[in-house]
Amino acid sequence: MIPLQPPRRLIDVQIDGEGVRVPEGSTILDACHVAGKDIPTLCYGDTLTPKNACRVCVVEVEGARTLAPACSRKAEAGMKVGTDTERARQSRKVVLELLGSSVDLSTTPRAAEWSEEYGAEPARFGDTAATVEQPAKVDNDLYVRDYAKCILCYKCVDACGDQWQNSFAISVAGRGFDSEISTEFDAPLTDSACVYCGNCVEVCPTGALSFKTEFDMRAEGTWDETKQTETTTICSYCGVGCNLTLHVQDNKIVKVSSPHDNPVTKGNLCVKGRFGYGYV
Amino acid sequence: MDLRFRGAEPSQEERAAVDDLLGPPATAWVGGSRTDLDLRMAARSEAARDLLLPALHAVNDRVGWISEGALEYICRRLTVPPAEAYGVATFYSLFSVKPRPERVLHVCTDLACQSKGGQAVRDRAEERFGPPGTDWQESPCLGLCERAPAALALQAGRPHRAEVYAPATPDTITTITGVVPSANGHAPSLEVAGETPVGEAVPQAGSPDLVLLRRIGVVDPASLDDYRAAGGYTALRRAFELGPAGVIREVLESGLVGRGGAAFPTGRKWDATARQPDRPHYLVCNADESEPGTFKDRVVMEGDPYALVEAMTIAAYATGCTKGYLYIRGEYPRATARLLHAIATARSRGLLGDDILGKGLSFDIELRRGAGAYICGEETAIFNSIEGRRGEPRSKPPFPVEKGLFGKPTVVNNVETLVNVLPILERGAQAYVAAEPKLFCVSGAVERPGVYELTFGATLRELLEATGTTGTTRAVLLGGAAGAFVTDLDIPLTFEGTRNAGATLGSGVVLVIDDTVDLKGLLLRIAEFFRDESCGQCVPCRVGTVRQEEALHRLSNRVDDRDLVLLREVGQTMRDASICGLGQTAWNAVESAIDRLGVFSK
Repeated sequence: MIPLQPPRRLIDVQIDGEGVRVPEGSTILDACHVAGKDIPTLCYGDTLTPKNACRVCVVEVEGARTLAPACSRKAEAGMKVGTDTERARQSRKVVLELLGSSVDLSTTPRAAEWSEEYGAEPARFGDTAATVEQPAKVDNDLYVRDYAKCILCYKCVDACGDQWQNSFAISVAGRGFDSEISTEFDAPLTDSACVYCGNCVEVCPTGALSFKTEFDMRAEGTWDETKQTETTTICSYCGVGCNLTLHVQDNKIVKVSSPHDNPVTKGNLCVKGRFGYGYV
Repeated sequence: MDLRFRGAEPSQEERAAVDDLLGPPATAWVGGSRTDLDLRMAARSEAARDLLLPALHAVNDRVGWISEGALEYICRRLTVPPAEAYGVATFYSLFSVKPRPERVLHVCTDLACQSKGGQAVRDRAEERFGPPGTDWQESPCLGLCERAPAALALQAGRPHRAEVYAPATPDTITTITGVVPSANGHAPSLEVAGETPVGEAVPQAGSPDLVLLRRIGVVDPASLDDYRAAGGYTALRRAFELGPAGVIREVLESGLVGRGGAAFPTGRKWDATARQPDRPHYLVCNADESEPGTFKDRVVMEGDPYALVEAMTIAAYATGCTKGYLYIRGEYPRATARLLHAIATARSRGLLGDDILGKGLSFDIELRRGAGAYICGEETAIFNSIEGRRGEPRSKPPFPVEKGLFGKPTVVNNVETLVNVLPILERGAQAYVAAEPKLFCVSGAVERPGVYELTFGATLRELLEATGTTGTTRAVLLGGAAGAFVTDLDIPLTFEGTRNAGATLGSGVVLVIDDTVDLKGLLLRIAEFFRDESCGQCVPCRVGTVRQEEALHRLSNRVDDRDLVLLREVGQTMRDASICGLGQTAWNAVESAIDRLGVFSK
């Protein structure tokens, strides 16, 4: 089912010299998708308001002093956008290096591929470069917070807060490089307002938040996505009828997600749908 | 909003501090004691998120730090999730969420102080009080640069107090004892212990040529009658004659541009806001003057507070605002006290409030104190800070004139910009253009540091002739930490002139560096400043400022071309890809020092 949108005027923009037509109100990223361009994104989430914090999606807009984040800047009629200019590539390269040298990107999908594409060498900042390395926070049996992998994209905070769950269990605390995602006074999750919906895990782009099952299996070395199957079914707990996607490896459910394009869930679930699969 | 609390209780003192600000709690739902009735009836509570910062200040001012019990009580009172309030409290450097002494000494580490022996003061503080973090802490620029090196003691209590030590010597640190109690009981005093008369910060004080500074050191800053006798409130009367559109026309014609650093035409900003159909409109006066080396706004606010009140009233009249916020940095105790006094006096005399001067204008000013965050001087971060959120800049567009404070059309202007409106209206735009005044904050290796007023077009050399230099001038840092070093003294001190010379007027900082100053140390301090003050929102700035500092540390030990390349690449990325001006300018001064002063040439 595709929800009907009110009719919108089409505007013409140029992406790398190629003209594309997009509905008014689209972002540059939308226009890039129409033009078939692959722009790297990390903090962008298809179910969230863009925060444009990571800056890997920057593109060059003709006439602008600085680069523009493709994920949030609205396309304007007649805008000329360069996605692959020297300046944009250079910025993406350095941003990937800054992230790679400070954060563990080993479970970030596509990070390695982008690093190669842009020639990023995080190692050139030296062995003494400051990092956010720290032990993972394992304070409950459902999901793990491994902030050594956190790029501070704010998506978990937005999903927990007024964009989806309205639990407000976590926020960004501290300032600058010392900022981190935290509950009040760094209390354990079990003591916080967390309702274990796992919607933060759903939107985390780096694997900093993961199912405890996934975290344990990765530690054992048994996590293998090539062996996993995904089956979408309907949650049997209540009458809402949320879609569940069961990720199964070796005949065991290892993770539960929900399709982001599902008009009911938009990728969100409650604690029962997300974690209550023990009875299967 | 359904909030969950961990059950920490505030102390009586903390509860009293919050209740003094907000009044007693109405029901058990917002922190009052529970009655039988509360168990049977739910009550609606109005969220008052924007009072979060004042409430945190209330506790921090009374007790010295913010405990979990105090934070939870504030959250109940204002309906704010505790995790978010914790995120806000930990954002600001003047707040502590860990126990600390009532009295904390803030010792300035920034450029003017560092070039005047600030390091020795800090060394003595460390010797006497131990490592920074409890009894004393290192502070970014305190805005007392004309009396560098400076220190500021803040003491919690009822009332909270401040004492200024400037100039401070290592011996000052040794002899510091308690703070002198304020004279008038619980009300904050108009004077701050250790302060000198504000006129001393204006070497030209009393000169008949002055425009913006003409009242400073001449009239009593506490007296509204003195202000009116010295020409005060003639501009507002003129504004009423011209009408709102006429005021905007005059300001447009004057060509006034913002004095906070970005140099955006003020008239266009006002015009755009006035035209917005969405209501209400808000006025924000940006008095969060934190650029290292800048102290002009402090001197104006301390020496001529009514001028700012009048200028804000005119801006509100022109742009259709009924409410103005004056956001002043937390490290300015005397300016805060004098403005609070000026606002209260103006209100009691019918110059603020409903029906100002009988002309039907309704406008009032609320003063909000910052809590130690340079980034809150950014024009959208200041909105988040006032709204009770972390002071992180918003992405633009939308611009403040469309969606600013509380999502409404907002005019945000710097103090100096606003007070320029007075002479524009008093003299007319054309007379103003003929001799447009600009303030400069001169510090460092000069004989007479202070705030200087020049007409646009004077050169740097002429300014330095007026101030007198000491030692051999090696370079001048124009525009503060976000500015650039220059060596050519013949550049005209105009926005175009400095831009053509690859520098910026910025906030009017002129920091003179002689050959005794350790330039590498100065650059390291600039890098450290940006690392400390980055809000942490975007990657180029959050990590880039750290990498910049690391590379400078390595370079000050051993010059390596790879580190210079690294600096350039990181610097360019910060400039191109950061969200706001902080990250975009974090590399300016370092770049100019490498290119123009050859700091790291082999």
